[in-house]
Amino acid sequence: MDAIKEFFNFFADPRVFFLLTTGAFVFAVWRRDLFVKPSVGYGLQIFLVLFFGLGLLDENFRLIIGKPDNVPIVGLIFLLLFFTWYSMRQAVLNDQRIANAEPVAEKVEEDRVWVWPDLVYIELICLVLCSVVLIVWSIVLKAPLEQPANAAATPNPSKAPWYFLGLQEMLVYFDPWLAGVVLPSLIIVGLMAIPYIDTNPKGNGYYTFKERKAEITIFLFGFVVLWSSLIVLGTFLRGPNWNFFGPFEYWDIHKLEALTNVNLSEYIWLRGLGVGMPSHWLFRELPGILLVSFYVFGLPVVFARTVFKRYYEKLGPARFYVTAFLFLSMLSLPVKMLARWLFNLKYVVAIGELFFNI
Amino acid sequence: MADEPNVPASGTPAPKPAAKPAPPSVPPGLAGKTTSAAAAPRRPAAKKKVEDDTSPLLSRRGWIGLAWGSFTAASAAGLAATGRFMFPNVLNEPPQQFRIGFPDEYAPGVDERWKDRFGVWIVRTPSDMVQEAAGFYALLVTCTHLGCTPNWLSAEDKFKCPCHGSGFRPTGINFEGPAPRPLERARIVLAEDGQILVDKAQKFQFELGQWADPESFLRV
Repeated sequence: MDAIKEFFNFFADPRVFFLLTTGAFVFAVWRRDLFVKPSVGYGLQIFLVLFFGLGLLDENFRLIIGKPDNVPIVGLIFLLLFFTWYSMRQAVLNDQRIANAEPVAEKVEEDRVWVWPDLVYIELICLVLCSVVLIVWSIVLKAPLEQPANAAATPNPSKAPWYFLGLQEMLVYFDPWLAGVVLPSLIIVGLMAIPYIDTNPKGNGYYTFKERKAEITIFLFGFVVLWSSLIVLGTFLRGPNWNFFGPFEYWDIHKLEALTNVNLSEYIWLRGLGVGMPSHWLFRELPGILLVSFYVFGLPVVFARTVFKRYYEKLGPARFYVTAFLFLSMLSLPVKMLARWLFNLKYVVAIGELFFNI
Repeated sequence: MADEPNVPASGTPAPKPAAKPAPPSVPPGLAGKTTSAAAAPRRPAAKKKVEDDTSPLLSRRGWIGLAWGSFTAASAAGLAATGRFMFPNVLNEPPQQFRIGFPDEYAPGVDERWKDRFGVWIVRTPSDMVQEAAGFYALLVTCTHLGCTPNWLSAEDKFKCPCHGSGFRPTGINFEGPAPRPLERARIVLAEDGQILVDKAQKFQFELGQWADPESFLRV
């Protein structure tokens, strides 16, 4: 039993968790014919039920999962997985129909709307189920109220509301102005805008994947992998002193983690070249500034010339560079997170003199 | 010739623009019942004063002026009230300047007794990293990342913020997590009665070289 717990605690390590989520996402999109099989969909849900059900036997797990704040996130995991699976399944089925030159499922009976008894019964069942769930929930779980606010005592860990936990996780890796304002705006604008920047008229009013590969993949990556998995990570894996804890791990307030972070400039000038830090910040941070400039301005050009050449020709320069900029700003988050986890990189550009850090 | 277009070649006056609408026809049953401004036929533009304002109180222009005027006045009053709200009559803030007792009441290390009341940690050190002397400094309990209150973990010998995991050494230097700069120190001097006087209104930041200031550190 302890071995199994250790096993899951290992997977809850942020590096493993994030790479695993990304890997699972890539696999689900790449081999979507396998992913959308009913056996896989039901299998995943049953696995989750078993995982949470058996996990509740563990006291530490019960404390985290059963916290009234966190219960909705358990539901979120099930629902998010189900709806991703379901829409992907519809899309794959339609793609097969399109490949066989059949009309898509939504166009088969275009002139009919299934209201009675289909829709009305569904609504009735939903109404009854939601009422029951809400009543039981409100009786069983106490409202997560805390002691009166005190400016000198911040709860430990101090967690934002669940829908902001992704943001709070971002704030660990970036300056507040960047992680709290610039990046969330760019990510949200990007998630909304990228599907519409493409002028491809297909995929309108019916499920499909093949006809809008890039848009669907980018959106799913941004929403499911970045946004939602960060919420899950922040809810279940962040403990006292904002340290990482496995789901079966005791929340030890004295858990020691070596988190000594190092700026890129220190890596280059002190550890790499071994010549002391230059005194002026512009010279000191030049490597980081060049790196960030290359990421923002150079990388889209490289992409346009090499990997995404066909995409570039299809979209044209303006649309391509806007998409690339939005996508790269979204991607800067996992890039920085991995750099922090793997190399203890603190800031790429650290100009403390001007309160400007990236 | 610049004004040539204004001189018609034929010598006859140019025809008036056709845009002038025909006078609206009023249904016989409504004649006299509608408001004059809406129903009255347009007068020729030649007449200077528009005489269609038969309202007993105000002209049409007057009404619009009154409406905009009162709207502007109400908005300005609302804005002023909001501005006034920024300056409350009573401020229940802890004093910025306070005496915290005599130096020999403090043991070496981080002292948390004034954290709740005044928001400072008093640290007594045998040798300060900047001043290179024994004495006291007062650290403000505000994390430099987003302003949460860190916890003093004596076993780990560090301040640790519960919001995003920033860590600070007892000196106030940031060494882990996202905090971009060290904790700030407050002015600390000896009062005339021999007590330690802390003044939070004056802050000293390490990255600006202010920890070398004699008032940022109390030598004993």
